[in-house]
Amino acid sequence: MSTSKTNVNDASPMQHSLQQAQRQLNDYAAAVMQSGPGRQANAALAVSQSPATTSRRTFLAASAAAGSFVLVMNSQNGDAAQVQDSSVATENSFNPDLFVSIAPDGTVSILTHRSEMGTGIRTTLPRIVADELEANWDDVNVVQAIGDKRLGDQNTDGSNSIRFFFDRMRVAGATTRTMLQQAAAKKWGVAVDQCIAKENHIIDQKSGKKIGYGELVEIAKTLPIPKADSLKFKPKSQWQYIGKDAPIIDQDAILTGKAIYGIDARMPNQLYAVVARPPVVGGVVKSVDDKDALSTPGVEQVLQIPAFKGAPLFQPLGGVAVLAKSTWAAIAGRDSLDIEWDLGENADYDTDAFAKTLAEAAHQPGKVMRKAGDAPALIEKAAADTNNRVLHADYRSPHLSHAPMEPPCAVADVRTENGQIVHCLIDTATQNPQAVQQAVSAALSIPPQEVIVNVTLLGSAFGRKSKPDYCVEAALLSLQAQRPVHVTFTREDDLQSDYFHTISHLHLQAAVDENGAPEALLARAAYPTIGSTFVAGADQPQAWEMEMGLTDIPYDIPNLQIEGCNAKSHTRIGWLRSVAHIQQNFALGSFIDELAHHAGIDPYEYLLTTLGADRQIDMKAAGLGNRGASHDNYPYDIGRLKNVVKRAADLSDWKRAGELPKGRGMGIACCRSFLGYTGHVVEVEVSREGKLTIHKVWVSLDAGLIVNPDRVKAQIEGATVMATTQARYGKISFKKGRSVESNFDSYRMVTMSDCPREIIADVVESDEAPAGVGETPVPSYAPALCNAIFAATGHRVRDLPLSEFDLSWS
Amino acid sequence: MTSIKVNGVVRDLKDVPEDTPLLWALRDELGLTGTKYGCGVNECGACTVHIDGDAVQSCQTTVGEVGDSEVTTIEGLSEDGSHPVQQAWKELGVAQCGYCQVGQMMMAAALLKNNHHPTDEDIEGEMWNICRCGTYPRIRAAVKSAAQKMGQQEAAQ
Repeated sequence: MSTSKTNVNDASPMQHSLQQAQRQLNDYAAAVMQSGPGRQANAALAVSQSPATTSRRTFLAASAAAGSFVLVMNSQNGDAAQVQDSSVATENSFNPDLFVSIAPDGTVSILTHRSEMGTGIRTTLPRIVADELEANWDDVNVVQAIGDKRLGDQNTDGSNSIRFFFDRMRVAGATTRTMLQQAAAKKWGVAVDQCIAKENHIIDQKSGKKIGYGELVEIAKTLPIPKADSLKFKPKSQWQYIGKDAPIIDQDAILTGKAIYGIDARMPNQLYAVVARPPVVGGVVKSVDDKDALSTPGVEQVLQIPAFKGAPLFQPLGGVAVLAKSTWAAIAGRDSLDIEWDLGENADYDTDAFAKTLAEAAHQPGKVMRKAGDAPALIEKAAADTNNRVLHADYRSPHLSHAPMEPPCAVADVRTENGQIVHCLIDTATQNPQAVQQAVSAALSIPPQEVIVNVTLLGSAFGRKSKPDYCVEAALLSLQAQRPVHVTFTREDDLQSDYFHTISHLHLQAAVDENGAPEALLARAAYPTIGSTFVAGADQPQAWEMEMGLTDIPYDIPNLQIEGCNAKSHTRIGWLRSVAHIQQNFALGSFIDELAHHAGIDPYEYLLTTLGADRQIDMKAAGLGNRGASHDNYPYDIGRLKNVVKRAADLSDWKRAGELPKGRGMGIACCRSFLGYTGHVVEVEVSREGKLTIHKVWVSLDAGLIVNPDRVKAQIEGATVMATTQARYGKISFKKGRSVESNFDSYRMVTMSDCPREIIADVVESDEAPAGVGETPVPSYAPALCNAIFAATGHRVRDLPLSEFDLSWS
Repeated sequence: MTSIKVNGVVRDLKDVPEDTPLLWALRDELGLTGTKYGCGVNECGACTVHIDGDAVQSCQTTVGEVGDSEVTTIEGLSEDGSHPVQQAWKELGVAQCGYCQVGQMMMAAALLKNNHHPTDEDIEGEMWNICRCGTYPRIRAAVKSAAQKMGQQEAAQ
């Protein structure tokens, strides 16, 4: 087994079908990770527009009711499950595009294929279609898609939804609108140009005649579908919904308790299950005594789930499941299990000891991931100078857990006929229904299209719910139990068996000139890689991880050397909102502040100066992938980055910063992440006793074109609060291979009393290509906060979380 | 035989052991899934319901302990989402994922029942619920807005 793989595509040859399926997952993972520069920024114009078909499986039959978008799945044993097909099409409707359908009664249905976990995307994407289609938003029927690769990427992850699908949604709307215009022209025998679309009607501008969309369905169905490049899009001046605030479509259901999340999904005759998983990743069940569990009231079955083999992928960890009539009975039953574990090779994982291993690795030369000039030579030369021209610092960040408010949950129903698996229905809170299809199909050895995944609302996710191990568990248990099984992670399960954010050590060195400006920077990063979740033994940060706030450094420093250092993983490593930016922007954003103070220059002025002239960084020339986005559409624009820094500073009235009394301080930091730009200013107060109050945060975000400004502001506010939790309290430690923090009493969250008292969210108006929003405002917060704490107290925090740091001063 | 009164209706729980937390009885036995699980240890407030009008964490209250008291869940807070707290939450677009908001609103409704002029300190002291989406700034504003609405309603009466 290789120990130095850096490319997740380099999986060793696979031999049988399960391994083949695993390889598919590896391919999937490579796509998730956006590792290659070849990925198209926008799939919009390349997408198939073939009319939807409903014949992909014989047992899928269109519902008899015209205008209904629910398909009924019948199996031979006579019961039926309702599922929504990926298309909104019915036999009688006009379906020019997978995403749009118009029924004869005029009902406009729009398919939404990304997962709703709090960003508002389930509302925002269909509004783009509705705008281009001239459909009345209030009357649109929004339908959540099942997992279906025909729809394109459904992995609601990486802050990609608007970037990937803004153009595609406009094509869907414009295609439909254009054909309705053509249908009206044909019906009336007039020129298409004089037929304009407005509010679910086509109007003949000359005669004033008006006809509803529904009445044009029959004619429109007979017309050829226009090519995407022939479509005329609405000019921005006529946009009704794009760029305007809109409440989320689920708001009323949420506020009345009717909204259905994965934990609320129910299938007839389901059992509720909880699983005793190995406390250490890689552990296996040696023996189990389930007598007491089986005699617990409500418990019906105790079943085993086999341990995974090879790299973790999205396979279950294995263990013993208790199936019962209620979640509580299952929990009580599990408490009565007596299991002996063979804990395996990670049984000694101890993060205190491992932090030292990482520190050693970060003080050794690693693999050079970016190089310009000769930073080591300059630093060596400057070190020989007696004028204090070399600075070093080490920054450490611990493991974090996603801890979505709703823990991972799924209900699965595996149907068999004559001993053969026919298909599997799953209702779940997932960020990526196609990954559920892939992972479950591998586990059941059935084709992915036989795994039908209904996506519920997600009670937040942050990356955890793009890893469908919990769905595979539900499927394997349903197969054994021969009935639907609903798996719920308790909070303790969630914090024990996460795909954790990695633990890291960054070592930074800089040589500065006589004015304190950096001439050379050497950065070494040591942390277990997400790649290890997909390729066993992967032990180096990957290029796409390093590119999150480190190799893509925005500062104008002529000599750079950035290295990734070896680090083995001893648990499952995953991606958490803003991913490697968390540790890398913390380190770099803090270090620049250290350089500013060393130079005796105001940190804001120093930051602007170090960012250098307005320019575009040539990512390709630097060997960087730009998250797979084209450099033409998504240049790395230092002018835009400086702009958000200036806006945040102006909003905060930064000139106050140098005049604040001791105990009060302002800090600033910035980043480009997920192709967007953020500037953060944080103002804090620290009492002599060390009590930290975060008075106010100013955030300026430039994410290009914005579709739903209020939801973008909500993301900025939320990102800032989440980053506050991580900076103040976030830490998962391991002892004897097990995560120590087990619930919110030990894995603490900020609440209203210790989060920032006020957050000012500033969204830059822009016509640039839409960039990421959900993750973009996370990374620059922690360094801005710690820089503010330094300004207030003189304490330089290089180890997170803050709760372990004595901030008192005198 | 156990039964409890939920949202004005007596509900039968005869097969449910009395030591079952109210949370799971509501969700899995009575189908009232509006009340959410978040931690099970009284740390997050997602499972907050009202018992005789007071905010109570249903993960920490057993079915047996409910006795003759009246349980109100989000499904019974108002018939149509018209409670001032629900209205304020709606007007300010508080919810992101929405999962914790039921518990937040039940907590706020109980707070405001006795205090129509909460200070920031009152709100911070009572509203200790966790929201992973980070909606706290809007929750704070919504509690104040709801307080105003309730004050106006009272003045009108």
